[in-house]
Amino acid sequence: MYEAVIGLEVHVQLSTDSKIFSGSSTDFGGEPNTQASLIDLGMPGVLPVPNAKAFEMAVKFGLAIDAEIGQQSIFDRKNYFYPDLPKGYQISQFEKPIVGPGRVLISLEDGTEKTINVTRAHLEEDAGKSIHDAFDGMTGIDLNRAGTPLLEIVSEPELRSAKEAIAYLKVIHSIIRYLDISDGNMAEGSMRCDCNVSIRPRGSETLGTRTEIKNLNSFRFVEKAINTEINRQIEILEDGGRVIQETRLYDPDKDETRSMRSKEEANDYRYFPDPDLLPVVLDDNFISACRDALPELPEARKARYISEYGITGYDAGVLVANRDVADYFAEVANTSGEGKLAANWVMGSILAELNQTGGSITDFSVTAKQLSELIGRIKDNTLNSKTAKTVFEAMLAGDGEVDAIIEFKGLVQFTDTGTIEAFVDEVIAGNPEQVTNYRAASEDKQVKMLGFFVGQVMKRSQGRANPQAVNQILSAKLSG
Amino acid sequence: MSQITDLSFSELKKSINDRVLSSVEITSAFLDRIESLNPRLNAFITITRDVAMQSAKDADTAINKGTATPYTGLPIAHKDLFCVDGTLTTCGSKILSNFIAPYDAHVVGQCKNVGLVSLGKLNMDEFAMGSSNENSYYGPVYNPWDTTRVPGGSSGGSAAAVAAQLTPLATATDTGGSIRQPAAFTGTSGLKPTYGRVSRFGMIAYASSLDQGGLIAHTAEDIAHGLGFIAGHDPRDSTSADQVVPDYTQTLNEPLKGKVIGIPKQFFDDRLDSAMHQAMDDVLDVLKSLGATTTEVSLDHVAEAIPAYYVIAPAEASSNLSRFDGVRFGHRADKPTDLIDLYERSRGEGFGNEVKRRILIGTYALSEGYYDAYYKKAQQIRRLIRDDFNRALGSCDLLFGPTTPSTAFVLGEKTADPVAMYLEDIYTVATNMAGLPGGSFQAPLIDGLPTGYQLTGRAFSESMILNAAHQVQMVTDWHKLRPEGL
Repeated sequence: MYEAVIGLEVHVQLSTDSKIFSGSSTDFGGEPNTQASLIDLGMPGVLPVPNAKAFEMAVKFGLAIDAEIGQQSIFDRKNYFYPDLPKGYQISQFEKPIVGPGRVLISLEDGTEKTINVTRAHLEEDAGKSIHDAFDGMTGIDLNRAGTPLLEIVSEPELRSAKEAIAYLKVIHSIIRYLDISDGNMAEGSMRCDCNVSIRPRGSETLGTRTEIKNLNSFRFVEKAINTEINRQIEILEDGGRVIQETRLYDPDKDETRSMRSKEEANDYRYFPDPDLLPVVLDDNFISACRDALPELPEARKARYISEYGITGYDAGVLVANRDVADYFAEVANTSGEGKLAANWVMGSILAELNQTGGSITDFSVTAKQLSELIGRIKDNTLNSKTAKTVFEAMLAGDGEVDAIIEFKGLVQFTDTGTIEAFVDEVIAGNPEQVTNYRAASEDKQVKMLGFFVGQVMKRSQGRANPQAVNQILSAKLSG
Repeated sequence: MSQITDLSFSELKKSINDRVLSSVEITSAFLDRIESLNPRLNAFITITRDVAMQSAKDADTAINKGTATPYTGLPIAHKDLFCVDGTLTTCGSKILSNFIAPYDAHVVGQCKNVGLVSLGKLNMDEFAMGSSNENSYYGPVYNPWDTTRVPGGSSGGSAAAVAAQLTPLATATDTGGSIRQPAAFTGTSGLKPTYGRVSRFGMIAYASSLDQGGLIAHTAEDIAHGLGFIAGHDPRDSTSADQVVPDYTQTLNEPLKGKVIGIPKQFFDDRLDSAMHQAMDDVLDVLKSLGATTTEVSLDHVAEAIPAYYVIAPAEASSNLSRFDGVRFGHRADKPTDLIDLYERSRGEGFGNEVKRRILIGTYALSEGYYDAYYKKAQQIRRLIRDDFNRALGSCDLLFGPTTPSTAFVLGEKTADPVAMYLEDIYTVATNMAGLPGGSFQAPLIDGLPTGYQLTGRAFSESMILNAAHQVQMVTDWHKLRPEGL
């Protein structure tokens, strides 16, 4: 049996207003080359000027993963030729990154937790884009993205499966969203991932030859690409072959990875300190100001939710993963005073709905206030779980406020015994066979058989009868 | 009265401030002289007559309206690596032979801000790589003192243009001696300021950690005026120093009494040519007569400056010149078959031999496995050199020595031997490695050819260098000598 060894390099576009070394806007989606200044174009004679905001964001990330902050960080040039790299080098950090060793905690499906060490995180500029399909026989270059600040976060090869890789990636995503240092939008390329994958016989300490899968831009692709690559490597070893160290690309249409370039063809990037930029010295005041500005992070919030709202660790973990979802939940829980119910509704109904539509909770059609009201109506017995679901769906469809929907649809729960007794009598009269069986059954069987009668009564009441009352009256009348 | 073009920048300033001359008169006099002499000297790559005459008219209007600065209407010309908005900016290279700069370099903008009139763009060694100005795509510049000789480089056009009175002031740049060596070869004054004193924004880079913009003119006083408006902090250049710019003209007349001149023994060993030694002694005698004293100092690692320089400068250049790829601007190969062909031919056709040589050296020095042996070691030597200078300048105010080993050499004499050419900068390179200010000023002629002495000071001590040179110029005539027979 084989074990996978996976390390990730995550590129996060920082959400600064302007680029890392020029004043151009970083907005996504402008007409090609409309957001490229002379500096982004690499015109002769221009010079880079660092954007202090990018440093602040990088330091916050470092502090969030409990990392060492490089008090003196140096920008280096990574030299290679490519048309969408205007200067013929990328300004990056090599020997002295701004963020040193740190760690994040991931939760696995079996409920256990695992610490993944982060080797480093460094600042660099993004390249432009090559557009291969716009001009016949030629490649177009769009430099709008050139110079967008990136934080490259490099993990140790401590991930052992695609699932762990995704868990790690989601924690990183969650942290950058909490810190509000990136929109984390993978579809727009704000967060991209390179995966280093190797396999080895389980129990072995030595590392196998790794391949690097470049530029994956969705959680799903990361998972599929890693699994595909692991299987490819297993097949090679099983066939007695050996894995070649190389860079590979994942093709989602064919669900396969294919070779991009081998180690022999790899660039010698000729890193050296960029003489246009002085070493950046971060003083203690700057770092402590960044620390003071840190928001409550996912781990801390999870612990707080468990103790404050009495919800399980698993539920809290799911709820805090996304800062907006966590905020939404907290508002519902606080307003309704029902943490457990709030958690069930947010996780069961809302997250399911969002997963299906791919929407965001910030523009979800049921507001936290509306959900609190709904929970309030469950608490005061106006609604039962079934009618509450109907109201929720009506709100989703935009039918208005909770009470108006209850009124309009006539969903107020029957709690008066007389009406419920009438329904019960009808059901007992209409099912003599079942009644006979019930009465002949042992006590523990009766408990199970009661469900049938409850269902019948609920059906007749169109779901509006109070289930507790129905239970009581039924048990009394059946045994009588 | 002498001709307008005989006047120095300071003298022209007085004439224009006193309303003796108008900017149109001055500008047209220089343009006429450029047009008559440039075919023989090749100092200018581009002459911007129309723009210059329009600026001159605007300047005269401003002077008449009272909205002028003290420098409004005075002429200048720019080394062709300073970007001038809307003007061809070639860097002496075929690869930029079609490049119209879309913006002004900081230095150019500062000159415009004080109202200077730009006459055109000056010839130079391609990408500032060279010591003879023979490496220009636009052909060599000829020394006005003897047109069979080189004017030095890389700012050969700047130096020759000032010497031949085609402009009273020229911008120039100095990476390893490219202001001071041509100033010495052409009988002009040249100053390389402290690294960071003048913004490099818009100055096409050769070696970013060594490049520094400066000026060439007839006198130290001219440079004191010019440095006042080109120096200063520029937020667009992260390496530009945030230091107050003093009025350099205010300190020109301070007495030299009590100043200590350090004589690096390595500059005066028995390898120094005897005539050059004599010329230097003549200058030292003047300095002493003005009240300065001398002391011997040692720059132990100065001999390593050239080899270290020829690792660091090419390494940086190999990266700086990567942007010239035929994709966005500049020369592009005709009908490229694919990307590699586009790169190889655009660069192969666009760069000259010396540029290619340095790109190759630099690429090699930065390569995996060689970085520590070359680039890192060279940086260590650079630190030792800097320490040497700081130690030496702890015991004296200024360092004194020859600018060059000899007078201007004959065209073609050193082109076949790059190392001989590199040794031209033996006295100047170390100053760049230390990041210090250095000036070259006129010393006695040898066999009818100019020589220069060099003053190197502590960081940001330009005023002291200019003060000492000005004091010498007040009591000597070396700076008044002009080439004859043009």
